[in-house]
Amino acid sequence: MDFPLYDVLIVGGGGAGLRAAIAAAETDPSLRILVVSKVYPMRSHTVSAEGGAAAALRPEDSWEKHAFDTVKGSDYIADQFVVETFVREAPIELIQLEHWGCPWSRDPDGKISARPFGGMTTWRTCFAADKTGFHMLHTLFQTSLKYDQIERLDETFVTSLLVEDGRCVGITALNQRSGAMNAVRAKTVILTTGGNGRVYAFSTNGQICTGDGMALAYRAGVPLKDMEMVQFHPTGLPSTGILITEAVRGEGGYLTNNKGERFLKDYVPTKMELGPRDIISRAEITEFEKGNGFEGEYGPYMHLDVRHLGEATIDRKLPFMRELGLDYVGIDIVHDPIPVRPVEHYMMGGIDADITGATAMPGLYAAGECANVGLNGANRLGSNSLSECLVFGAAAGRAASQFAREATAPTSNPVDSLLRDETRRIEKRYLEATDGTEKLSTIRGEMARSMDENVGVFRTGEGLKNQVAKIEKLRESYTRLKIEDRSRVFNTELTAALELDYMLELAEVMTLSALNRKESRGAHARRDHPERDDVNYLANTMAIHVPGGKPKLSLRPVRITHWQPQARTY
Amino acid sequence: MPETVKVTVQRYNPETDDRPRYQTYDVPYKDDWVVLDAILYIKDHLDATLSYRWSCRMGICGSCGMNVDGYPKLTCSTHLREYKKGLTIEPLSNFPVIRDLVVDIDDFMAKLKSVKPWIIRELEQPLGAGEYLQSNNQIDHFRGFSQCINCMLCYAACPVYGMENEFLGPAAIALARRYNLDSRDEGSDERVNVLAASEGIWECSFVGECSAACPKGVDPAKAIQQTKFDTVNGFVLGAMLMPFGSRK
Repeated sequence: MDFPLYDVLIVGGGGAGLRAAIAAAETDPSLRILVVSKVYPMRSHTVSAEGGAAAALRPEDSWEKHAFDTVKGSDYIADQFVVETFVREAPIELIQLEHWGCPWSRDPDGKISARPFGGMTTWRTCFAADKTGFHMLHTLFQTSLKYDQIERLDETFVTSLLVEDGRCVGITALNQRSGAMNAVRAKTVILTTGGNGRVYAFSTNGQICTGDGMALAYRAGVPLKDMEMVQFHPTGLPSTGILITEAVRGEGGYLTNNKGERFLKDYVPTKMELGPRDIISRAEITEFEKGNGFEGEYGPYMHLDVRHLGEATIDRKLPFMRELGLDYVGIDIVHDPIPVRPVEHYMMGGIDADITGATAMPGLYAAGECANVGLNGANRLGSNSLSECLVFGAAAGRAASQFAREATAPTSNPVDSLLRDETRRIEKRYLEATDGTEKLSTIRGEMARSMDENVGVFRTGEGLKNQVAKIEKLRESYTRLKIEDRSRVFNTELTAALELDYMLELAEVMTLSALNRKESRGAHARRDHPERDDVNYLANTMAIHVPGGKPKLSLRPVRITHWQPQARTY
Repeated sequence: MPETVKVTVQRYNPETDDRPRYQTYDVPYKDDWVVLDAILYIKDHLDATLSYRWSCRMGICGSCGMNVDGYPKLTCSTHLREYKKGLTIEPLSNFPVIRDLVVDIDDFMAKLKSVKPWIIRELEQPLGAGEYLQSNNQIDHFRGFSQCINCMLCYAACPVYGMENEFLGPAAIALARRYNLDSRDEGSDERVNVLAASEGIWECSFVGECSAACPKGVDPAKAIQQTKFDTVNGFVLGAMLMPFGSRK
């Protein structure tokens, strides 16, 4: 059988994936490019990003300042060379997006506007009202339609990477509409599948954020890096976890406790509401423990108050927040404070990749949230991630194009048998098994709730050990999973089962990585090891898959160019 | 407050069903639930075989459009408390049904591309020269049309699209307008032919079902009316100015 062959195959159609596709198309118009997404690209989770994208565009700013803020924000385990490159590229990428039509909000002189953001020392977060991710994603998607050589396979779920002699040569994938398994050959594959926030129950992430690309790479032998580093955003709506953007604080909103105090004066006195996310989330939890939170149906919460900004500013700069307040809380933020509590938001950890997105496997690249190129370290600064999608999506697209132009085409022969094996695995395991007893939603719910409990804002050795045992038990239950839906066409129970398989694998790596790091750094706060330990842990956690066993963990020293570690106070 | 609510769902599995059927579930009632929460409850606790699309559950990804009691709605931003006496959920009208509540929107995807929804310019300014300057007022000209999340509610609501599938439809026309009205764009000439040749645009009676259905305030009906106006003027003007030349 002859399988289709592409030069660059991109898994994931969000910000990083579409930027990579366009970069590949512009590098060499003769390349054949395929974007494979389990949804339609404009549904990708980039769409939910609100506050903005960071770049040192303004005259009073400089790449050095942006770099230092990012390194300090990372608690010194970002790769400083990567950070420097990123901050120099980010302004160009935002201008590029502007040229493609992104409706950036403007200053009176017609230039792209910026707002303050947490952990940033100057105004450098460019924004399109409070729907920046939505506008970026639609701009990229609509622009990608211009290139006929960018083909798409929408609603196609990738089940494995094809590997031939240690090189990535394509994918196997389930066509959700027909239920058929397919193989697609490719000279290069770029993973841009986003984060895995759905391993938690209380998360800002859409239900599609299940870490597919991370699990695919990991199972193929590519290391995952810093999987213990999970960002909790301080302002999620208590019932749903819907994100209330940091731009609310950037525009001047206050966070207050049940005494009416702006409690951050005790935690980040020089920054107050513009402190970094890890510190503010911890401050909220600490206040809750002191009894200083408001009590509600979904546990304690704080008030995020923008009433003093006035209706005009709110409607111009935060219209979506007003809409979310009305729709999901039944409040008008012009007149009422917004209830908020910390919520899982972003994965700093991901597939270990270099500055071009290249992974340890030839032909395999990664960019965006699923990757860890070393930009975010132990804590990402808000608004660096949208720029990250653009800078490293483009870099990966270019690098993969270059690789594809020089690489030989993979042969079809092993693909035939690999596809047969993979099809058999899925049919036997999910669609034909009759001895299943365990309900998918039960396992998923238990995984997510226990991750909330044990791998949250604060962690303890004991809680993490309990979680290791819990995940082990859930993985065992998963072997007895019962799939009720045996049909082929748009079987969302099947895709949910495949996603859960990925998530259980990643939850294990996250928990073990967290247990292994016996210090507190950035978003990783251990109550039993409350201090940062630069002697032993000024390093990245590397996790390598061991078939049938626990991941092999090691520490890799970080690259330091200009900025020696110092105490991280604000 | 009711303890449960009856949720009737249109089911259709092409592998086993000759035609759609209806199935009713008793779902716990919660005052702060949206319709999507009820559907998620069915999937997780009552019937794992129900298929539908969803993701962001905050009204921005555009996945979860369905007909609720006959009206197209984003189920993640439609409250269950509006349907205390029960509700019927069906796939969006005017689209082929793939399975259960999942419809085929490929037709829209092709139409979107046909209107060239990207910035078209004679000359590209180099990136090093910075951004194209634009005022917030200039953005206001197209801001409304740029809010489209491609949720397809307007197509489900559109009586013309229901009868004449060749019709470009509300969202595609709104997005064409979004670019035509952008001060950075010079491509309206390239879009005018697609828009003018579109079957059905003249049948649109400006009843505005599309704008009423839009959960994001896009007002595609306005875009369609503006397009009709521009198309007439554009062709007349083009014929007067370039009687012998072909339009770009």
